[in-house]
Amino acid sequence: MIRSRLTAQRLAFLFLLGCFFFNYPLLSVFNRGGDFFGMPPLYAWLMGSWLALIAQMAWVVESRGD
Amino acid sequence: MLQSWVIVLASFFYLGILFAIAWYADRRADTGRSLIANPVVYSLSLGVYCTTWTFYGSVGRAAASGIGFLPIYLGPTLLFALAGFILHKMIRVAKANRITSIADFVASRYGKSQLLGGLVTVIAVVGVIPYIALQLKAVSNSFAILASYPDIIMPAKAGAVPIFQDSALYVAMILAAFTILFGTRHLDATERHEGMVAAIAVESMVKLAAFLAVGIFVVWGMHDGAGDIFAQAAAVPEVARRLTTADSPAAYGTWGTLIFLSLFASLLLPRQFQIAVVENVDESHLRRAVWMFPLYLFLINLFVLPVALAGMLHFPGAGVDADTFVLTLPMAHQQEGLALFVYIGGLSAATGMVIVETIALSTMVCNDLVMPALLRLPMLGLATRADLSGLLLEIRRWAIAVILGLGYLYFRVAGEAYALVSIGLISFAAVAQFAPVVIGGLFWKGGTRDGALAGLAGGFVLWAYTLLLPSFAKSGWLPDGFIAHGLFGIEFLRPQHLFGLTGLDEITHCLVWSLLVNLGAYIGVSLQRVPNLREARQATLFVGGAEAAGIPGWRGSAGVTDLLPLAGRFLGLERAHEAFARHARQRGLRGIEELPPDTRLVNFAETLLAGAIGSASARAMVASVVTEEPLGIDEVMNILDEASQVRAYTRELEQKSLELTRATAELREANARLQQLDRMKDDFISTVTHELRTPLTSIRAFSEMLQEDPKIDLAQRARFLGIIVSEAVRLSRLINQILDLAKLESGRAEWTVTAVDVAEVIREAAESLTVLFAEKHVALDLDACEDGLIVLADRDRLMQVMVNLLSNALKFVPADSGRVRVGLAALCVPEIPLRGQVTPQEVRVSVTDNGPGIQAEDQDVIFDKFRQGAGTADVLTDKPQGTGLGLPISRQIIEYFNGRLWVESTPGAGACFVFALPRQAGDNDASKSTGGVP
Repeated sequence: MIRSRLTAQRLAFLFLLGCFFFNYPLLSVFNRGGDFFGMPPLYAWLMGSWLALIAQMAWVVESRGD
Repeated sequence: MLQSWVIVLASFFYLGILFAIAWYADRRADTGRSLIANPVVYSLSLGVYCTTWTFYGSVGRAAASGIGFLPIYLGPTLLFALAGFILHKMIRVAKANRITSIADFVASRYGKSQLLGGLVTVIAVVGVIPYIALQLKAVSNSFAILASYPDIIMPAKAGAVPIFQDSALYVAMILAAFTILFGTRHLDATERHEGMVAAIAVESMVKLAAFLAVGIFVVWGMHDGAGDIFAQAAAVPEVARRLTTADSPAAYGTWGTLIFLSLFASLLLPRQFQIAVVENVDESHLRRAVWMFPLYLFLINLFVLPVALAGMLHFPGAGVDADTFVLTLPMAHQQEGLALFVYIGGLSAATGMVIVETIALSTMVCNDLVMPALLRLPMLGLATRADLSGLLLEIRRWAIAVILGLGYLYFRVAGEAYALVSIGLISFAAVAQFAPVVIGGLFWKGGTRDGALAGLAGGFVLWAYTLLLPSFAKSGWLPDGFIAHGLFGIEFLRPQHLFGLTGLDEITHCLVWSLLVNLGAYIGVSLQRVPNLREARQATLFVGGAEAAGIPGWRGSAGVTDLLPLAGRFLGLERAHEAFARHARQRGLRGIEELPPDTRLVNFAETLLAGAIGSASARAMVASVVTEEPLGIDEVMNILDEASQVRAYTRELEQKSLELTRATAELREANARLQQLDRMKDDFISTVTHELRTPLTSIRAFSEMLQEDPKIDLAQRARFLGIIVSEAVRLSRLINQILDLAKLESGRAEWTVTAVDVAEVIREAAESLTVLFAEKHVALDLDACEDGLIVLADRDRLMQVMVNLLSNALKFVPADSGRVRVGLAALCVPEIPLRGQVTPQEVRVSVTDNGPGIQAEDQDVIFDKFRQGAGTADVLTDKPQGTGLGLPISRQIIEYFNGRLWVESTPGAGACFVFALPRQAGDNDASKSTGGVP
C-alpha cells in the first residue's frame, strides 16, 4: 500500500519527470546520428533514463522513512 | 526435428503444465494457503500486458520505425508512478464494493446502472476483438513458420486458405476450450481466479525468458555485442534510418499520443483491470509492483531494437516479415531448440492474453449484458428459478466461445491489412474511451449516469467511425470509397480526416475526436442536473474512498429466509450457506438462524451476489425481496458531501443574519416610533400647559387688579369680571375638550349608536347657533338639506361635529358680508370625479364659507392637535381664536363611524369642510342601539 501521502507525491513527481524525459522537446536533443558508447544516442537516452526512473521509483516506495 | 507433430505436442505439453499449475494454485487457495499472495507474483501477473504484440510485434514496429515501439511501454511505467493516486484508489474502491470487472466498476459508480454496464461491455467486447484476432494471427503464423523448418517461408494470407485448413481456426478453438477449462470450472463469489493468476505469472516468466534468450543469442551469439550490431546498422543506409526516429512535429505528436494511450490502456483494458484490480489479493502488493512491473517491461524491451536491426541486416529486402524476426533469426542459424522455446514464449504471450481477456469479457457479458436481459424476460421464468448457478456458468462458457469466434472472424476479415502493432492500437483507442468516466468517476462527484452514457456512446461511435470501419474498408470487406471521399461522398466526413482535420496519424486523429466528444458529453450532460440520491451515494463511496464505506446501502430489511435462497440460486445453495455461516461467525453468532434481519445482512447479501452477477443485477435481485424504506434524514445528511454541508451551513447562516437584520430594522423602527411618541407627548403636554396658562394668567391678572384696588369704578369692574368669566369659560371648554380627546383616543368614550337623519342634525345645530350668526350678520344657508338620509351614528357626537364645523366657519368669515352654506347629498354616481373616493352609499355633508381659505400646506396640519392654520390668529391680540382641538376631535368622531373628514380650499376663495358617512339604506326605525364599542 502506498501509505503516506509523501510517497504518493514523490511518485507523482517522478511521473512528471518521466513525462519530461520521454517527450518532445528533450527527445529531439538525442534524435541524431553518431554514437554514445557504441549505441545510438536516442536508444541510449531512452533506455538509460527509463532504467533510472524505475530505480528511483523503487527507491521511493521501498525506503521506509517518510 | 521440428515436425508439426512435435510442435503440437510441445504446445499441448506446455498448456498441460499451465493447467496443472492452475489446478494446484486453486487447491492451495481452497485450503487457505494462497500461492499468489505475494507481491512478486502480482507484479509478474501484470506482465499479461505483454502479448504477442510485444513478443513479435515490437520487433516488427522497430524495423518499421526504429525506437517507435517504446511509447507503448513508457506509458504503463508512468501509470505506475501515479499508482498512489489512481491504482491504489481503484483497488480500495473495488474491494469495498466487490467490483468484478471494469463494466461493473463503471455501472456501480454511476448509481448501479444496468444500461451503463451493458454499454461498457459492448464497447469492451467490440474494442478488444481486434486484439484477440491479433493473438490468433500471431500463434497461427508462428506455428506455420516453425513447421516449415528448415525453410523460412512466410505463411499464406489468411483469406486464401480454406477455412478448415486455417490453423488460426484450430488455435481459436483450442484456446476457447482451454479458457473454458480455466475460467469457468466453478462460480466464485468474489470472481477471483487464483489458479489463473498463478498460471499467468508463470507464463510471464516464460515469455520473458524466451525473449531474453533470443536477444542474448542475437547480440552475443550472432554478433559481437550490441555495439557490433549498431555499427553494422550504421553502415547500411536502409537500416541506419532506424537508429533515429522521424524528426517532425507530427512524429513527436504521435509519440506523445502513444504514451498517453498506453498509459490508459494498461489500466482500462479488461484484462489489465482484472489482474491489477480484481485479482489483487492485498493492496500492499502494489508497492512492489510499482517498480517491478516497469522493470519487467524494461527487460522485455531491452533487445528489441538490436534484434530488429539484426533481422534487417540478415534478411535484406521484403522476403521475411519483420514481425517474425524473433522466430526466424534462430531458425536461420539452425537453433532448433531456441526456435521452439521462442514459439512457446509466443504461445505463452498469446494464451495469457486470451485467457484473462476472455474470462474478464465473459464475466462482463454474463453479468452486465445477458443476465439483466434474461431476468427481464418474464416468459423464461428465471426470476423464480431455484438454482441459476449452472446457468451462469453456461452463459460464460458460451460467451468465451463467441468472443473467440468473433476474434477469428475479425482475423479472417481484416487481419492481413495491418501489422500486429496497428491492430493492437485500435483496441487501445477503444478502451481509452473508458478513461473519462473511470478517472472522472474516481475524482469528481458531479458525474451522472446520463453523462457517462452520453460520453461513452459518443466516444465509441467516433472510434468506430474513424478507426474500426476504415480497418474493415482497408481489408476490402467494406467498400473503401468512403475512406477517400467521405460518407455519402461528403468530403467533410472522411473518417480519417474528419471535419478537414489532416496532418495526424489515424490513431491520434481518432483519439482527438473521440476523446473530445467523450469528455465533452460526459461533463456537459452530467452538469445538466445534480446527481440523484443513488448516484450521490456511489459518488461518495468512490470518490471518498474506503472511509465512506460505512454508509449503509439499504434502508430496508429482509431475513435469512429470504436472502439465503436468493443467494443460493446464483451461487449454489451449499456455497451460499457457507458464506452466510461465515458472516454469522464474523458477527459472533452461533449459526445463520441467529442472524437478525437488518441492513447489515442485506448489504452482505448484496455484496455476495454482486461478486457473482454484478452489482447492478445484484441490486435488482435483492430489491425483489427487500422492501426498502425511504432514506432517513440522517442518511441523507451523510450522503451530502462536505462541500454541500458547508453550503447548507452557509445558507443557514445567511438566513439567520437576514432574520437578524430584519429584526434589527423592526426594532429600530419601533424605537424611532417610541421616541416620536415620546416627543409628541412632551409637545402635547407643553402645548396643553401653555394653552391652559394663557386664560389662567388673564383671570389671575384681572382678579388681582380687582383685589388690590377696591376703588375701581363699577363699569371697569363689570368689564374685568366679564373677561374673567369668559376666560374661565374658555378654560373649562379647553379642559373638557382635552378630556374628550383623551377619552376618544384611549377608546373609552361612550357611544350611543342609532339611525340618525342627517338633515335633522344639521338643522338643530344651525338653530343652536342662530344667535351667534345673527350677531355677526352672517348668512347661514341650509337650503340644500333634505330629509331622509340616514346614517348610523351617535346623534350627540354628530351634533358636536356639526356645531364645531359651523362655529369654525363663523369664526373665519368676515362680519356682515359673511356667508356659510351647508350642503347635504347622497352620492350615488361613482363617475363623478371627486377627491376623497366617495362611494354611492355615502352621505356627504359640506360646510362652505367665504372666508380667507386655507393654505395648501396647512390643509393637513389643521387636523393636528393645537395646530391652527395661518391667519387664524386675531391680528390685534395675536390670540388664537380657537382651542385647536375642535377639528381633531371631529375627525376622530367621524372616523369612528367609518367616515372621513377633509377640507377643500382655495386660499382667498373660502374653505369647504366635508365629511362623508356610510349611508344607512332603509327607513327611520332602523334604530338599533349598540352601547359601548361596536
